[in-house]
Amino acid sequence: MNAQAPALRDARLNRPEPLTPPLGDGGFFQRDRSIHPPAHAPGYKSSVLRSPRQALLSLEGSISEITGPVFGHNDLGPLDNDLIRNYAKDGDPIGERIVVHGRVVDETGRGVPNTLVEFWQANAGGRYRHKKDTYLAPIDPNFGGCGRALTDDTGYYYFRTVKPGPYPWRNYVNSWRPAHIHFSVFGSGFAQRLITQMYFEGDPLIPICPILTTIPDKDALDRLVAPLDLNASTPFDSLAYRFDIVLRGQRSTYFENRTAGN
Amino acid sequence: MPQPLNYLKETASQTAGPYVHIGLIPAMAGFDIFEKNFSNVLTTPDTQGERITLEGKVLDGTGTPLRDVLLEIWQANASGRYNHPADRSAGALSEEFRGWGRAGSDFESGLVTFETIKPGAIVDRAGRTCAPHVNVWIVARGINIGLNTRLYFSDEEAANAADPVLNLIEQPSRRSTLIAKRTERGGKVVYSFTINLQGPEETVFFDV
Repeated sequence: MNAQAPALRDARLNRPEPLTPPLGDGGFFQRDRSIHPPAHAPGYKSSVLRSPRQALLSLEGSISEITGPVFGHNDLGPLDNDLIRNYAKDGDPIGERIVVHGRVVDETGRGVPNTLVEFWQANAGGRYRHKKDTYLAPIDPNFGGCGRALTDDTGYYYFRTVKPGPYPWRNYVNSWRPAHIHFSVFGSGFAQRLITQMYFEGDPLIPICPILTTIPDKDALDRLVAPLDLNASTPFDSLAYRFDIVLRGQRSTYFENRTAGN
Repeated sequence: MPQPLNYLKETASQTAGPYVHIGLIPAMAGFDIFEKNFSNVLTTPDTQGERITLEGKVLDGTGTPLRDVLLEIWQANASGRYNHPADRSAGALSEEFRGWGRAGSDFESGLVTFETIKPGAIVDRAGRTCAPHVNVWIVARGINIGLNTRLYFSDEEAANAADPVLNLIEQPSRRSTLIAKRTERGGKVVYSFTINLQGPEETVFFDV
Protein backbone atom coordinates (compact mmCIF):
# COMPACT_ATOMS: atom_id res chain seq x y z
CA MET A 1 0.00 0.00 0.00
CA ASN A 2 1.19 3.46 -0.83
CA ALA A 3 1.94 5.34 2.36
CA GLN A 4 2.24 8.64 0.51
CA ALA A 5 -0.46 10.96 1.78
CA PRO A 6 -2.99 11.55 -1.00
CA ALA A 7 -4.93 14.77 -1.47
CA LEU A 8 -7.69 15.46 1.02
CA ARG A 9 -11.35 15.63 0.10
CA ASP A 10 -11.86 18.95 1.85
CA ALA A 11 -9.82 21.41 -0.16
CA ARG A 12 -9.08 23.46 2.94
CA LEU A 13 -7.14 20.53 4.33
CA ASN A 14 -4.68 20.94 1.45
CA ARG A 15 -3.69 24.47 2.36
CA PRO A 16 0.05 24.63 1.59
CA GLU A 17 0.98 27.09 4.36
CA PRO A 18 0.06 26.72 8.01
CA LEU A 19 -2.26 29.48 9.08
CA THR A 20 -0.39 30.21 12.28
CA PRO A 21 3.31 30.48 13.14
CA PRO A 22 5.16 27.37 14.33
CA LEU A 23 3.89 25.70 17.46
CA GLY A 24 4.56 27.48 20.67
CA ASP A 25 3.61 26.65 24.22
CA GLY A 26 0.08 27.85 23.64
CA GLY A 27 -3.07 26.18 24.81
CA PHE A 28 -5.57 24.76 22.39
CA PHE A 29 -8.28 26.64 20.56
CA GLN A 30 -11.43 26.79 22.61
CA ARG A 31 -13.55 23.74 21.91
CA ASP A 32 -16.63 24.68 19.88
CA ARG A 33 -19.17 22.66 21.81
CA SER A 34 -22.00 23.62 19.45
CA ILE A 35 -20.78 21.00 16.97
CA HIS A 36 -20.46 18.25 19.58
CA PRO A 37 -23.35 16.27 21.03
CA PRO A 38 -24.55 17.72 24.34
CA ALA A 39 -23.88 15.57 27.40
CA HIS A 40 -27.61 15.28 28.03
CA ALA A 41 -29.28 14.05 24.83
CA PRO A 42 -32.55 12.35 25.86
CA GLY A 43 -33.03 10.61 22.49
CA TYR A 44 -29.96 8.57 23.42
CA LYS A 45 -31.39 7.21 26.64
CA SER A 46 -28.12 6.10 28.24
CA SER A 47 -27.02 9.74 28.38
CA VAL A 48 -29.81 10.78 30.74
CA LEU A 49 -28.24 9.49 33.98
CA ARG A 50 -24.65 9.83 32.79
CA SER A 51 -24.55 13.51 31.88
CA PRO A 52 -23.18 16.18 34.21
CA ARG A 53 -25.69 18.97 34.90
CA GLN A 54 -23.38 21.63 36.34
CA ALA A 55 -21.49 24.01 34.06
CA LEU A 56 -18.02 22.86 33.08
CA LEU A 57 -15.25 24.89 34.71
CA SER A 58 -13.11 26.57 32.04
CA LEU A 59 -9.33 26.15 32.21
CA GLU A 60 -7.26 28.18 29.80
CA GLY A 61 -4.83 25.42 28.92
CA SER A 62 -2.49 24.66 31.81
CA ILE A 63 0.64 22.59 31.36
CA SER A 64 -1.41 19.58 32.49
CA GLU A 65 -3.61 19.77 29.39
CA ILE A 66 -1.27 20.98 26.65
CA THR A 67 0.94 17.98 27.34
CA GLY A 68 -0.11 14.38 26.77
CA PRO A 69 1.29 10.89 26.34
CA VAL A 70 3.77 10.23 23.55
CA PHE A 71 3.67 6.91 21.69
CA GLY A 72 6.10 5.27 19.29
CA HIS A 73 6.44 2.34 16.95
CA ASN A 74 7.74 0.27 19.88
CA ASP A 75 4.22 0.32 21.29
CA LEU A 76 2.79 -1.43 18.23
CA GLY A 77 3.12 -4.81 16.56
CA PRO A 78 3.57 -5.36 12.80
CA LEU A 79 -0.03 -6.51 12.19
CA ASP A 80 -1.75 -3.97 14.39
CA ASN A 81 -3.24 -2.05 11.43
CA ASP A 82 -4.33 -5.17 9.51
CA LEU A 83 -7.63 -6.41 10.94
CA ILE A 84 -7.86 -9.02 8.19
CA ARG A 85 -4.72 -10.71 9.50
CA ASN A 86 -4.27 -9.71 13.12
CA TYR A 87 -6.68 -12.31 14.50
CA ALA A 88 -6.81 -14.79 11.59
CA LYS A 89 -6.74 -18.37 12.88
CA ASP A 90 -7.52 -20.59 9.88
CA GLY A 91 -8.44 -18.16 7.11
CA ASP A 92 -9.60 -14.65 6.36
CA PRO A 93 -12.57 -13.06 8.12
CA ILE A 94 -15.93 -13.03 6.33
CA GLY A 95 -17.02 -9.75 4.81
CA GLU A 96 -16.33 -6.96 2.35
CA ARG A 97 -12.61 -6.21 2.34
CA ILE A 98 -11.96 -2.50 2.78
CA VAL A 99 -9.13 -0.07 3.43
CA VAL A 100 -9.84 2.94 5.62
CA HIS A 101 -7.40 5.80 5.32
CA GLY A 102 -7.12 9.51 5.96
CA ARG A 103 -5.24 12.22 7.73
CA VAL A 104 -5.31 13.47 11.29
CA VAL A 105 -4.96 17.25 11.12
CA ASP A 106 -5.66 20.10 13.51
CA GLU A 107 -8.03 23.01 13.01
CA THR A 108 -5.34 24.96 11.16
CA GLY A 109 -5.01 22.13 8.63
CA ARG A 110 -1.61 21.09 9.91
CA GLY A 111 -0.99 17.33 10.00
CA VAL A 112 -0.71 15.75 13.44
CA PRO A 113 2.34 13.47 13.13
CA ASN A 114 3.19 10.34 15.12
CA THR A 115 -0.07 10.25 16.98
CA LEU A 116 -1.80 7.07 18.09
CA VAL A 117 -5.06 6.15 16.35
CA GLU A 118 -7.00 3.15 17.68
CA PHE A 119 -10.08 1.62 16.06
CA TRP A 120 -12.59 -1.10 16.88
CA GLN A 121 -15.72 -2.47 15.28
CA ALA A 122 -18.28 -5.26 14.95
CA ASN A 123 -17.73 -8.04 12.41
CA ALA A 124 -19.51 -8.26 9.04
CA GLY A 125 -22.62 -9.65 10.77
CA GLY A 126 -22.80 -6.85 13.31
CA ARG A 127 -21.45 -8.87 16.25
CA TYR A 128 -18.68 -7.66 18.57
CA ARG A 129 -16.06 -9.97 20.00
CA HIS A 130 -16.97 -8.89 23.51
CA LYS A 131 -18.17 -10.95 26.44
CA LYS A 132 -21.08 -8.54 26.98
CA ASP A 133 -22.40 -8.67 23.39
CA THR A 134 -25.19 -11.25 23.10
CA TYR A 135 -26.55 -10.42 19.62
CA LEU A 136 -27.52 -13.60 17.76
CA ALA A 137 -25.23 -12.94 14.76
CA PRO A 138 -22.22 -15.26 15.04
CA ILE A 139 -18.70 -14.45 16.17
CA ASP A 140 -16.23 -14.72 13.29
CA PRO A 141 -13.42 -17.04 14.40
CA ASN A 142 -10.93 -15.11 12.25
CA PHE A 143 -11.85 -11.59 13.27
CA GLY A 144 -10.87 -9.73 16.43
CA GLY A 145 -12.21 -6.33 15.43
CA CYS A 146 -9.56 -3.95 16.70
CA GLY A 147 -6.35 -2.34 15.55
CA ARG A 148 -4.17 0.73 15.85
CA ALA A 149 -1.72 2.83 13.89
CA LEU A 150 0.63 5.76 14.32
CA THR A 151 0.21 8.62 11.87
CA ASP A 152 3.22 9.40 9.67
CA ASP A 153 4.99 12.75 9.41
CA THR A 154 2.05 14.26 7.53
CA GLY A 155 -0.66 12.89 9.84
CA TYR A 156 -1.60 10.08 7.44
CA TYR A 157 -2.87 6.71 8.68
CA TYR A 158 -4.41 3.63 7.09
CA PHE A 159 -5.67 0.21 8.03
CA ARG A 160 -7.32 -2.80 6.42
CA THR A 161 -10.44 -4.53 7.68
CA VAL A 162 -13.83 -5.92 6.68
CA LYS A 163 -16.85 -3.66 6.58
CA PRO A 164 -18.81 -3.94 9.84
CA GLY A 165 -22.51 -4.80 9.82
CA PRO A 166 -25.38 -2.88 11.43
CA TYR A 167 -26.85 -4.29 14.63
CA PRO A 168 -29.85 -3.79 16.93
CA TRP A 169 -29.56 -2.24 20.39
CA ARG A 170 -31.78 -1.32 23.29
CA ASN A 171 -32.76 2.31 22.98
CA TYR A 172 -36.13 2.45 21.29
CA VAL A 173 -37.87 -0.90 20.77
CA ASN A 174 -36.42 -1.22 17.28
CA SER A 175 -33.19 0.80 17.19
CA TRP A 176 -30.33 -0.20 14.89
CA ARG A 177 -26.87 1.23 14.68
CA PRO A 178 -25.64 2.10 11.20
CA ALA A 179 -22.43 0.32 10.24
CA HIS A 180 -19.60 2.16 11.99
CA ILE A 181 -16.02 2.01 13.17
CA HIS A 182 -15.02 3.52 16.52
CA PHE A 183 -11.93 5.76 16.55
CA SER A 184 -9.79 6.90 19.46
CA VAL A 185 -7.22 9.65 18.76
CA PHE A 186 -4.68 11.33 21.04
CA GLY A 187 -3.05 14.36 19.39
CA SER A 188 -0.14 16.07 21.09
CA GLY A 189 -1.93 17.27 24.23
CA PHE A 190 -4.43 15.62 26.57
CA ALA A 191 -6.93 18.39 25.72
CA GLN A 192 -7.10 17.03 22.15
CA ARG A 193 -8.13 13.54 23.26
CA LEU A 194 -11.11 12.43 21.18
CA ILE A 195 -13.29 9.39 20.63
CA THR A 196 -15.63 9.33 17.67
CA GLN A 197 -17.27 6.98 15.17
CA MET A 198 -16.92 6.73 11.39
CA TYR A 199 -19.95 5.88 9.25
CA PHE A 200 -20.25 4.75 5.63
CA GLU A 201 -21.58 6.81 2.73
CA GLY A 202 -25.07 5.80 1.67
CA ASP A 203 -26.13 3.91 4.82
CA PRO A 204 -29.93 4.38 5.21
CA LEU A 205 -29.67 3.97 9.02
CA ILE A 206 -27.60 7.15 9.40
CA PRO A 207 -30.47 9.69 9.57
CA ILE A 208 -32.42 7.67 12.14
CA CYS A 209 -29.59 6.70 14.49
CA PRO A 210 -30.28 7.99 18.04
CA ILE A 211 -26.54 8.25 18.73
CA LEU A 212 -25.50 9.95 15.50
CA THR A 213 -28.37 12.40 15.71
CA THR A 214 -27.21 13.63 19.11
CA ILE A 215 -24.93 15.85 16.99
CA PRO A 216 -26.79 19.15 16.65
CA ASP A 217 -24.90 20.41 13.59
CA LYS A 218 -25.70 18.86 10.19
CA ASP A 219 -22.26 19.60 8.73
CA ALA A 220 -20.52 18.12 11.78
CA LEU A 221 -22.63 14.99 11.39
CA ASP A 222 -21.83 14.75 7.67
CA ARG A 223 -18.11 14.94 8.45
CA LEU A 224 -18.40 11.61 10.29
CA VAL A 225 -19.58 9.91 7.10
CA ALA A 226 -16.70 8.46 5.08
CA PRO A 227 -17.10 8.54 1.29
CA LEU A 228 -16.19 5.66 -0.95
CA ASP A 229 -12.72 6.42 -2.32
CA LEU A 230 -12.51 4.39 -5.51
CA ASN A 231 -9.11 5.80 -6.42
CA ALA A 232 -7.65 4.37 -3.23
CA SER A 233 -9.21 0.95 -3.75
CA THR A 234 -7.25 -2.05 -4.98
CA PRO A 235 -8.77 -3.75 -8.06
CA PHE A 236 -9.96 -7.30 -7.36
CA ASP A 237 -8.98 -6.95 -3.70
CA SER A 238 -10.66 -4.22 -1.64
CA LEU A 239 -12.66 -1.00 -1.72
CA ALA A 240 -11.46 2.05 0.21
CA TYR A 241 -13.11 4.67 2.39
CA ARG A 242 -11.62 8.02 3.30
CA PHE A 243 -11.90 9.38 6.84
CA ASP A 244 -10.09 12.56 7.86
CA ILE A 245 -10.07 13.53 11.53
CA VAL A 246 -9.68 17.09 12.80
CA LEU A 247 -8.33 17.72 16.30
CA ARG A 248 -8.28 21.05 18.08
CA GLY A 249 -5.74 23.59 16.89
CA GLN A 250 -3.07 25.02 19.14
CA ARG A 251 -2.55 28.68 19.90
CA SER A 252 0.87 30.00 19.11
CA THR A 253 3.13 31.91 21.41
CA TYR A 254 3.91 35.11 19.54
CA PHE A 255 5.91 36.67 22.34
CA GLU A 256 7.76 35.36 25.38
CA ASN A 257 5.53 34.39 28.27
CA ARG A 258 5.69 36.44 31.41
CA THR A 259 8.31 35.11 33.74
CA ALA A 260 7.59 33.91 37.23
CA GLY A 261 6.36 36.55 39.61
CA ASN A 262 5.33 39.14 37.03
CA MET B 1 -16.88 40.73 2.95
CA PRO B 2 -13.72 40.31 4.99
CA GLN B 3 -11.26 37.57 4.12
CA PRO B 4 -12.40 34.12 5.22
CA LEU B 5 -10.48 32.58 8.12
CA ASN B 6 -10.89 29.02 6.87
CA TYR B 7 -10.24 27.18 10.08
CA LEU B 8 -11.38 23.59 10.04
CA LYS B 9 -13.92 22.35 12.56
CA GLU B 10 -12.99 19.73 15.12
CA THR B 11 -14.39 16.28 14.38
CA ALA B 12 -17.52 15.70 16.46
CA SER B 13 -17.25 13.38 19.44
CA GLN B 14 -19.30 10.21 19.72
CA THR B 15 -19.79 7.90 22.69
CA ALA B 16 -17.19 5.19 23.23
CA GLY B 17 -20.09 2.75 23.60
CA PRO B 18 -20.40 -0.36 25.75
CA TYR B 19 -17.74 -2.30 23.82
CA VAL B 20 -14.91 0.22 24.17
CA HIS B 21 -12.79 -2.55 25.70
CA ILE B 22 -12.40 -4.28 22.35
CA GLY B 23 -10.39 -1.42 20.99
CA LEU B 24 -8.65 -0.08 24.05
CA ILE B 25 -8.37 -3.00 26.54
CA PRO B 26 -9.05 -6.17 24.50
CA ALA B 27 -8.21 -8.47 27.40
CA MET B 28 -11.27 -7.12 29.22
CA ALA B 29 -13.46 -7.88 26.20
CA GLY B 30 -12.27 -11.47 26.55
CA PHE B 31 -9.51 -12.00 23.99
CA ASP B 32 -5.83 -11.61 23.38
CA ILE B 33 -4.71 -9.94 20.15
CA PHE B 34 -1.84 -7.43 20.52
CA GLU B 35 1.74 -8.29 21.41
CA LYS B 36 1.92 -5.16 23.56
CA ASN B 37 -0.94 -3.78 25.60
CA PHE B 38 -1.59 -0.59 27.48
CA SER B 39 -2.65 -0.98 31.07
CA ASN B 40 -3.52 0.56 34.40
CA VAL B 41 0.04 0.05 35.72
CA LEU B 42 2.10 3.17 35.07
CA THR B 43 5.16 2.11 37.02
CA THR B 44 8.14 -0.07 36.19
CA PRO B 45 10.61 -1.37 38.78
CA ASP B 46 12.82 1.65 37.95
CA THR B 47 10.19 4.32 38.50
CA GLN B 48 11.15 6.88 41.14
CA GLY B 49 8.57 8.05 43.62
CA GLU B 50 6.08 6.94 46.22
CA ARG B 51 4.07 3.94 44.98
CA ILE B 52 0.35 4.52 45.26
CA THR B 53 -2.88 2.85 44.21
CA LEU B 54 -5.69 5.05 42.89
CA GLU B 55 -9.00 3.33 43.47
CA GLY B 56 -12.50 4.54 42.86
CA LYS B 57 -15.84 4.40 41.13
CA VAL B 58 -17.86 6.52 38.75
CA LEU B 59 -21.51 6.87 39.82
CA ASP B 60 -24.52 7.72 37.66
CA GLY B 61 -27.40 9.99 38.64
CA THR B 62 -28.96 7.26 40.83
CA GLY B 63 -25.69 6.58 42.67
CA THR B 64 -25.14 3.31 40.82
CA PRO B 65 -21.54 2.56 39.78
CA LEU B 66 -20.85 2.53 36.03
CA ARG B 67 -19.62 -0.94 35.20
CA ASP B 68 -18.62 -0.18 31.63
CA VAL B 69 -16.63 3.02 32.10
CA LEU B 70 -13.07 3.61 30.91
CA LEU B 71 -10.70 6.06 32.58
CA GLU B 72 -7.38 7.38 31.42
CA ILE B 73 -4.97 9.26 33.65
CA TRP B 74 -2.13 11.61 32.69
CA GLN B 75 0.30 12.82 35.29
CA ALA B 76 3.71 14.28 36.01
CA ASN B 77 6.52 12.27 37.53
CA ALA B 78 7.69 12.54 41.14
CA SER B 79 9.62 15.70 40.23
CA GLY B 80 6.53 17.39 38.84
CA ARG B 81 7.66 17.06 35.22
CA TYR B 82 5.46 15.77 32.39
CA ASN B 83 7.11 13.43 29.89
CA HIS B 84 6.32 15.72 26.95
CA PRO B 85 8.42 18.20 24.96
CA ALA B 86 6.16 21.15 25.82
CA ASP B 87 7.03 20.81 29.53
CA ARG B 88 10.25 22.80 29.93
CA SER B 89 10.08 23.10 33.69
CA ALA B 90 13.10 22.46 35.86
CA GLY B 91 12.10 19.10 37.35
CA ALA B 92 14.10 16.03 36.33
CA LEU B 93 12.61 14.04 33.46
CA SER B 94 12.13 10.27 33.82
CA GLU B 95 12.36 8.86 30.30
CA GLU B 96 10.93 5.46 31.31
CA PHE B 97 7.86 6.92 33.03
CA ARG B 98 5.28 7.79 30.37
CA GLY B 99 2.84 9.10 32.95
CA TRP B 100 -0.24 7.71 31.25
CA GLY B 101 -2.45 4.70 31.78
CA ARG B 102 -5.96 3.43 31.15
CA ALA B 103 -8.33 1.21 33.09
CA GLY B 104 -11.79 -0.22 32.63
CA SER B 105 -14.10 -0.59 35.59
CA ASP B 106 -14.76 -4.06 36.96
CA PHE B 107 -17.83 -5.52 35.23
CA GLU B 108 -19.38 -6.48 38.60
CA SER B 109 -18.30 -3.87 41.16
CA GLY B 110 -17.50 -0.90 38.93
CA LEU B 111 -14.16 -0.46 40.72
CA VAL B 112 -11.37 1.26 38.77
CA THR B 113 -7.75 1.01 39.90
CA PHE B 114 -4.39 2.40 38.80
CA GLU B 115 -0.94 1.50 40.08
CA THR B 116 1.24 4.57 39.84
CA ILE B 117 3.38 7.02 41.80
CA LYS B 118 2.36 10.19 43.50
CA PRO B 119 3.23 13.08 41.18
CA GLY B 120 5.24 16.04 42.38
CA ALA B 121 4.00 19.62 42.56
CA ILE B 122 3.90 21.30 39.15
CA VAL B 123 5.12 24.74 38.18
CA ASP B 124 2.71 26.08 35.59
CA ARG B 125 3.55 28.31 32.66
CA ALA B 126 2.94 31.46 34.66
CA GLY B 127 5.44 30.25 37.27
CA ARG B 128 2.81 29.37 39.87
CA THR B 129 3.16 26.20 41.91
CA CYS B 130 0.23 23.80 41.52
CA ALA B 131 -0.67 21.09 43.98
CA PRO B 132 0.17 17.53 42.92
CA HIS B 133 -2.65 16.13 40.80
CA VAL B 134 -3.59 13.48 38.29
CA ASN B 135 -5.58 14.42 35.18
CA VAL B 136 -8.51 12.12 34.45
CA TRP B 137 -10.47 11.54 31.24
CA ILE B 138 -13.70 9.52 31.35
CA VAL B 139 -15.57 7.81 28.51
CA ALA B 140 -18.41 5.27 28.48
CA ARG B 141 -21.69 4.34 26.93
CA GLY B 142 -24.00 7.30 27.50
CA ILE B 143 -21.12 9.80 27.73
CA ASN B 144 -21.25 11.74 24.48
CA ILE B 145 -17.99 13.60 24.88
CA GLY B 146 -15.10 12.63 27.16
CA LEU B 147 -15.20 14.23 30.61
CA ASN B 148 -12.10 15.91 32.03
CA THR B 149 -11.50 16.13 35.75
CA ARG B 150 -8.60 15.93 38.21
CA LEU B 151 -7.65 14.07 41.35
CA TYR B 152 -5.81 15.90 44.13
CA PHE B 153 -4.46 14.29 47.30
CA SER B 154 -5.98 14.59 50.78
CA ASP B 155 -2.60 14.78 52.54
CA GLU B 156 -1.61 17.92 50.56
CA GLU B 157 -3.87 20.30 52.45
CA ALA B 158 -1.60 23.36 52.26
CA ALA B 159 -0.78 22.85 48.59
CA ASN B 160 -4.42 22.24 47.74
CA ALA B 161 -5.47 25.41 49.55
CA ALA B 162 -3.06 27.40 47.37
CA ASP B 163 -3.75 25.60 44.09
CA PRO B 164 -4.82 28.01 41.33
CA VAL B 165 -7.23 25.57 39.71
CA LEU B 166 -8.94 24.44 42.91
CA ASN B 167 -9.33 28.11 43.78
CA LEU B 168 -11.22 28.71 40.55
CA ILE B 169 -14.03 26.61 42.01
CA GLU B 170 -16.41 29.05 43.62
CA GLN B 171 -17.99 26.72 46.17
CA PRO B 172 -15.54 25.22 48.68
CA SER B 173 -17.81 22.19 49.01
CA ARG B 174 -17.34 21.41 45.32
CA ARG B 175 -13.53 21.53 45.63
CA SER B 176 -13.75 18.46 47.83
CA THR B 177 -15.17 16.45 44.91
CA LEU B 178 -11.64 16.40 43.45
CA ILE B 179 -9.78 15.22 46.57
CA ALA B 180 -8.77 11.56 46.77
CA LYS B 181 -8.54 10.25 50.33
CA ARG B 182 -5.34 8.65 51.53
CA THR B 183 -5.45 5.41 53.48
CA GLU B 184 -2.97 2.62 54.09
CA ARG B 185 -3.97 -0.96 53.50
CA GLY B 186 -1.59 -3.83 54.12
CA GLY B 187 1.41 -1.55 53.85
CA LYS B 188 0.21 -0.04 50.56
CA VAL B 189 -0.85 3.56 50.08
CA VAL B 190 -4.31 3.79 48.56
CA TYR B 191 -6.05 6.97 47.44
CA SER B 192 -9.81 6.50 47.10
CA PHE B 193 -12.05 8.62 44.93
CA THR B 194 -15.69 8.82 43.84
CA ILE B 195 -16.70 10.57 40.65
CA ASN B 196 -20.37 11.59 40.67
CA LEU B 197 -21.74 12.35 37.23
CA GLN B 198 -24.82 14.06 38.68
CA GLY B 199 -26.49 15.03 41.92
CA PRO B 200 -25.67 17.24 44.90
CA GLU B 201 -22.14 15.81 45.03
CA GLU B 202 -21.54 16.21 41.28
CA THR B 203 -17.82 16.17 40.53
CA VAL B 204 -16.28 19.27 39.01
CA PHE B 205 -15.58 18.67 35.32
CA PHE B 206 -13.42 20.97 33.22
CA ASP B 207 -13.64 22.53 29.80
CA VAL B 208 -9.92 22.29 29.10
